[in-house]
Amino acid sequence: MSTPTDRKPSRPSGTPPEGNGKFLLGMIGLFFGVLLLGAGATMWLGGSSSMGPAIGGPFALTDTGGKPFTDKDLRGSYAVLYFGYTFCPDVCPTTLNQLAEALDRLGPKAKLVRPVFITIDPRRDTPGVMKQYVQAFSPDLIGLTGTEAQIGSVAREFRVYYAPHRTGDGPNDYTMDHSSVLYLIGPDGKFIAPLRADAGAEQIAADLSRHLP
Amino acid sequence: MTRVFLRIVAAGLLSVPFSLSSAAWSDGPIQVTGAFARAAPAGGVGGMFLTIVNTGPADRLTGAASSVAEKVELHESIDDKGVMKMRPVAGLSIPAGATVKLAPGGYHVMMMGLKQPLAAGGRATVTLTFEKAGQVEVEAEVVKPGAGAPEGHSMDHNMGHGMGNMPGMTPSK
Repeated sequence: MSTPTDRKPSRPSGTPPEGNGKFLLGMIGLFFGVLLLGAGATMWLGGSSSMGPAIGGPFALTDTGGKPFTDKDLRGSYAVLYFGYTFCPDVCPTTLNQLAEALDRLGPKAKLVRPVFITIDPRRDTPGVMKQYVQAFSPDLIGLTGTEAQIGSVAREFRVYYAPHRTGDGPNDYTMDHSSVLYLIGPDGKFIAPLRADAGAEQIAADLSRHLP
Repeated sequence: MTRVFLRIVAAGLLSVPFSLSSAAWSDGPIQVTGAFARAAPAGGVGGMFLTIVNTGPADRLTGAASSVAEKVELHESIDDKGVMKMRPVAGLSIPAGATVKLAPGGYHVMMMGLKQPLAAGGRATVTLTFEKAGQVEVEAEVVKPGAGAPEGHSMDHNMGHGMGNMPGMTPSK
């Protein structure tokens, strides 16, 4: 399965000489385009949540008990959302563990925040699989799955990129590519800020406490 | 620190009969230290991380197997501009005299289809296969999910042969 980054910029090998000017112009355009994109992403991670289209929104998912769970079930507390999958033994558990440690560092304020893990691999991550997975981290960690459509919808709302990558011929021979960001949501359900997922527990705790009362 | 939590059983085809009956450490050029696996439920996947110390000639890690999993592969985690990717790797070169770390955010031994849960505090065993050194059995401590190296175990202990860490010799990551 091909992902956007798998594609190499292709140009016919026999490009005529008169095409070079256009090609150069195109490259310059591309360069500034990438620059703009980079600046946008930097500002976005810098916490300027007021910029650009809204992030987040209503969702309808399924909890680890197989019961419906919507965005309204999080109202009244802060929530930190992380999108990943349980068949990931490296980045996802590292992030969830650092989030748990960050909450520990917050002391009594930690009870204001509910950590939520949303799978982007609903095919394998059934409520039962999610239950076993989140229980091993913390009794407070909420695990959510859903139909492909439900997961697609919540991922779109939060600008989460995800795509399967085949590693073999078997039905389960794939890994998931996914963006890795922590999303802080307020008690009113509105998105507050993205937090760096790879910053370490101490930094995540510092980032969180800036937004907590 | 005195607790040896790794057992290297066999290294090198010729030394197999001796190594199997001998104590914890092989006399072979490949030693594995600081191995830990993250707790995972049965049916799930487990990641094992470890450090390979090569006091001999250049070698290559070509595969891994374990009785606790249906399939074991070598995987690499890649941070591609904020998109996390995990890819199987066919092998990992272990340069002469190098220390190669399989650490979170880089390489790991991927145990798929766990036949039994990996419980924190327990042990998990994999057999690594090297092109020259042959099979090396590694016993890892199981830590809680998402955790780093187990506390109290420096990655540098039991390195032996005075090679220590050699930055720049590890695979880029």
